[in-house]
Amino acid sequence: MSDTNTQVRDAAGVDLDNPNLTRFDIVREGARRDGVEIVHYEPQYAPGSKGEKRMTRIVAFFFLLTGIMSTLFVIAFIWWPWEYELGPHASKYYTPVLGLTLGLALVGVGLGILTWGKKLLPHEIAIQERHDGPSSPEEQKLTGSTLQFIGAEMGLGRRPILKWSLLGLAPLGLAAAAVPIGALIKDPHHPDILFKTGFAGATRANPIRLMHDDGTLVRPEEVSTGGQITVFPNIPGGASNHYADSPTLLIHLREEDAALLNGRLYSINQNSPWSSFVAYSKICTHAGCPASLYEQQTNRLLCPCHQSQFLITDNARPIFGPATRSLPMLPISVDKEGYLVAVGDYKVPVGPAFWEKD
Amino acid sequence: MKRRKVDLKALPGKTAQEVDTRLPVATPLRGILNKVFPDHWSFLLGEIALFSFIILLLTGTFLALFFEPSLQEVHYNGSYLPLQGVQMSRAYETALDLSFDVRGGLIMRQMHHWAALLFMAAIVVHMFRIFMTGAFRKPREINWIIGLSMFWLGFTEGFAGYSLPDDALSGTGLRIASAIMLSIPVIGSWVTTSLFGGEFPGEIILSRLYILHVFLLPLILLALVSIHVGLVFVQKHTQWPGPGRTNKNVVGERMFPRYAIKQGGFFMLVFAVIALMGGLFQINPIWLFGPYEAAVVSAGSQPDWYVMFLDGSTRLMPAWDIRFLGYNIPPLFWPTVVLPGILTVLPMAYPWIEARWKKDKASHNLLQRPRDVPDRTGLAAMALAFYLVLTISGGNDIFADKFHISLNAMTWAGRIGLLILPPLAYYFARRLALGLQQHDREVLAHGVETGIIKRLPDGRFVEVHQPLAAPDEHGHTDLPYVGWTVPKKMNRLGALGPAVRGFFRPIEQPAPPQQEEQPREEITSGKS
Ligand code: HEM
Ligand code: FES
Repeated sequence: MSDTNTQVRDAAGVDLDNPNLTRFDIVREGARRDGVEIVHYEPQYAPGSKGEKRMTRIVAFFFLLTGIMSTLFVIAFIWWPWEYELGPHASKYYTPVLGLTLGLALVGVGLGILTWGKKLLPHEIAIQERHDGPSSPEEQKLTGSTLQFIGAEMGLGRRPILKWSLLGLAPLGLAAAAVPIGALIKDPHHPDILFKTGFAGATRANPIRLMHDDGTLVRPEEVSTGGQITVFPNIPGGASNHYADSPTLLIHLREEDAALLNGRLYSINQNSPWSSFVAYSKICTHAGCPASLYEQQTNRLLCPCHQSQFLITDNARPIFGPATRSLPMLPISVDKEGYLVAVGDYKVPVGPAFWEKD
Repeated sequence: MKRRKVDLKALPGKTAQEVDTRLPVATPLRGILNKVFPDHWSFLLGEIALFSFIILLLTGTFLALFFEPSLQEVHYNGSYLPLQGVQMSRAYETALDLSFDVRGGLIMRQMHHWAALLFMAAIVVHMFRIFMTGAFRKPREINWIIGLSMFWLGFTEGFAGYSLPDDALSGTGLRIASAIMLSIPVIGSWVTTSLFGGEFPGEIILSRLYILHVFLLPLILLALVSIHVGLVFVQKHTQWPGPGRTNKNVVGERMFPRYAIKQGGFFMLVFAVIALMGGLFQINPIWLFGPYEAAVVSAGSQPDWYVMFLDGSTRLMPAWDIRFLGYNIPPLFWPTVVLPGILTVLPMAYPWIEARWKKDKASHNLLQRPRDVPDRTGLAAMALAFYLVLTISGGNDIFADKFHISLNAMTWAGRIGLLILPPLAYYFARRLALGLQQHDREVLAHGVETGIIKRLPDGRFVEVHQPLAAPDEHGHTDLPYVGWTVPKKMNRLGALGPAVRGFFRPIEQPAPPQQEEQPREEITSGKS
C-alpha cells in the first residue's frame, strides 16, 4: 500500500460507508480522528520483489536459529554434566554452554523481530499533534470552582472548633510512627555495646587469653620477630562475627622498633621480657575494615579499604589516608603458663568514630 | 442434535464486538494503536534500563526460591569441595547452593548480577542524555526528579543485593555502610544499632536487607518506573528538531505495528546480551571470596561499579576530624552522607535553576543538540569529570598496583584532579560546543567542503564548496540553522536525518532552534 491519494474526503472527514475506500483509507481516517496524520507510508520493497524475499528468508533464518538454539539449551540443561567436580571437567562448561545457547536463541528472536519490523513493514512518517499546555480557562474555572466548593462545604472556615479538633488527630500519625520506630529502636548506650569488645571484663587479676581463629592459645614464641598474627579473645565464639569488634593484631617488633615504641607502651609491658610485643585493634578507625596489610620494612599497617596507613612504632598513629584516629592498643601480658593474655579491654572504643566518641 | 456452523473467519470480529459491548474500548484502543513515537538511538537508553529491570525481576524471583537470608551458623556440606566443612552463615551456604547445587542456578545468579550492573549503567547514561539534550525542561521536571530518585533507589537496591550472599565482600561492604551510618552527627549510633538490632553485624540485618531487596525497594521502583513511563506516554516523547517537527507535534511512527515490534526485538537483544554475559563472564564468584569473617579482607576488594564513586570520595577525603565539647564529626560523614545529599538535591533543583538562569519559562518538546547549549554541555562535562575522578579513585589501589604508581601519589592525584579537572572539562566542552556550532553555521553559509582544491588565477589555492542551496551573488547561501545535523560530507547530502527520506509533502515550516511560540498552520485533521 503505497502513499496514495485515493481517499474520498470532504471537510467533515471521510464517508466511512463509501465502498471505494480501501482499508488503508479507513485506517488513515481513524488515525486522523486521533489527531494523527500519516503523511508517508511506503513499503521498503515492492511486494514479491527479490529484496522482500531476501528479507523474509533472513527473518525465517533467525527464527530457525532460535528454534535450534533453544532446543540445544534444553538438551544441555538436562544432559550436560553440571554437578561440581574438582579439576578440569565438563561441568565447568555447564554455565557457559547455557549462556551461549540461551543468548543465541534470544539473539535470533531479537534480530528476527527487528528485521521483520525494520525491513518488512512499510516505512512510515506520522505526525501527531501534542495537545499539551494548560487546560482551557473555562475548564480551569469549572474545576477550580468545584474544588473551592468542596472546600467550602467542609466548612472549616465557618467551624473553627473543627479546625482545632483536627489537631487532635495528630497523635494518630504519632501512633503509626511509634510502632515501627519503637520496635526498631535500640539504645546503643545501655548496655554500652559500642564501647566494649570481647575483651570486656579482662583485668590483671582475671585476664582473658588470646587465641588463634581455630581456638588454640597463643604463646609469644609463635610470632617471629617482625611478624604479626591476628588474635581473638579466648571466650566462647570469640573468633566469630559475633565479636566483630574484637580481632586484634599481635605484632612482634624488632628490637630497634620496640625501643621506639617503648615509652608509649602500657606500663606492665615496659622493660618486661615481652616488651617487644604489641597488640592493636585490627578494626580500622576509619570505616571498620580489618587493617590487615602489614609492611614490615616501614612498620606501616595499611587498610585495604581506603588506604589509611598507621605507623606501628608511633602508637599506630594514622599517617596517610582518611583515618583520623590511632588504632587502640590492647594491654597484654603473659600468664604463668606462658600464654599471651589481655589484662584489660581497649581503653577507647574500637573501630569507626561516631558522635559520642571523643 | 444439530451442529451449529461456526464461521471461523467471523470469530475475531464477533469476539471484538462482544468485548466492546461490555467494555467500550474501540476509541481508546485505537488511540493507543495510533499513538506516534519519535525515534532516535539515544531514546533507547532508558529502554535498556527498563528491560534490565524486568530481567532483574524475573531472575531475582528465581533466586528467591532458593535463597535464605539467615545468619545462622552452619557447616558447609555442599558439592563445592574446597569449602567442605567450613563454618559459614546459612545465607552464604544457600548462595553457594545456588551456584553449585541448583541446576542453572549459577547462570541465574550471574544474569541477575549482570542485569543489575547494566541497569545502573543504562540509568547513568540515560540521565546524561536527558541532561545534555535539555529533555528535563518544562513540562518534564517531574520525570527528571523521578529518574534521579530511581538512580538512588537502584543504588540502594543493588547494595542490598550485594550484601545478601554474606561473602567476604558483602560483609566488608556492610561494615563500611554501618560506619557511614555511625558517622551521622547526633543520631548516628542510634540509627546504626537500631538498623542492625545491636552492634554490627548482629543477627537480623540480612532479614531486614532481604525484605528491602525483594519486596519494598522493587515495589517502589516498579511504581516509579510505571509513573515514569506513564508520564512519557501522557506528555509524549520529546523529539529532535528537523523538517516538519515543531514544539506542537510529534513526528515519527505509530506505535503499532512497527514501533512496538522494534521495541520487542530490542528487549530480546538486551535479554540476549544479559544471558550471554551471565553464561560466559564470571561475576561475583562468592566461593572464591569465602564467607564473611570480621577479621579478614583481601586487598583489591571492590564494590560494584556504581558504588565506586562514593568509595573514591571516601578515599580522597582528607583526615579532617571535627571535635568539640566531647563530640565529633568523623571525616567519613562528608564524602558518604553530605556528598550524596548534594548530588541528589542539586540535580533535582537544576530544571528550575536553569529556567531562572536562562530566563526561560516556556514548555519545550524539542530537544537541543549539546553543541547548541554550550553552558549546559560544559556543566555536563564537569559533572562527568567529577564522577570519573571519583570512580577511578574508588579503584586507585588497583591502578597503583597495575601501573606501579605509589598509592599515595594516586590519592594526591585524585584530590588535585577532583579540583581542577571539572573546571577544565567545563572549559573544553564549552569551547568544543561553540566550535561545532560555528562550523555548522559555516557550512550553512558556504556549503560542504568537497576536498577539491582549485587554483585561482592569482595563484591562491581555495577549496571548492558545494553549497547546500542556490547561492546569492556573493556565493553565500542564507540557510537558517534548525537545530539538527548539518551535512558535512558530500555523501551525506540529502541524508538529513532518517525521517526526511522520501518526505515529499511539506507540512510546516521547520522549527527554529529556540522554540518560541510560532504561528502554526493547522494540519488537516479529521477531528472536529
Ligand atoms: C533493581 C532491581 C535489583 C537489583 C539492582 C538487584 C541487585 C542484586 C545484586 C547485585 C545481587 C548480588 C548477586 C550475586 O550474588 O552476585 C542480588 C542478589 C539477590 N537478589 Fe537482587 N536485584 C534486584 C531485584 C531483585 C528482585 C526483584 C528480587 C526478588 C524478587 C531479587 C532477589 C535477589 C536474591 C534472592 C539475591 C541473593 C541471591 C544470591 O546472592 O545468590 N533481586 N541482587
Ligand atoms: S576502613 Fe580503613 S581506611 Fe577506610
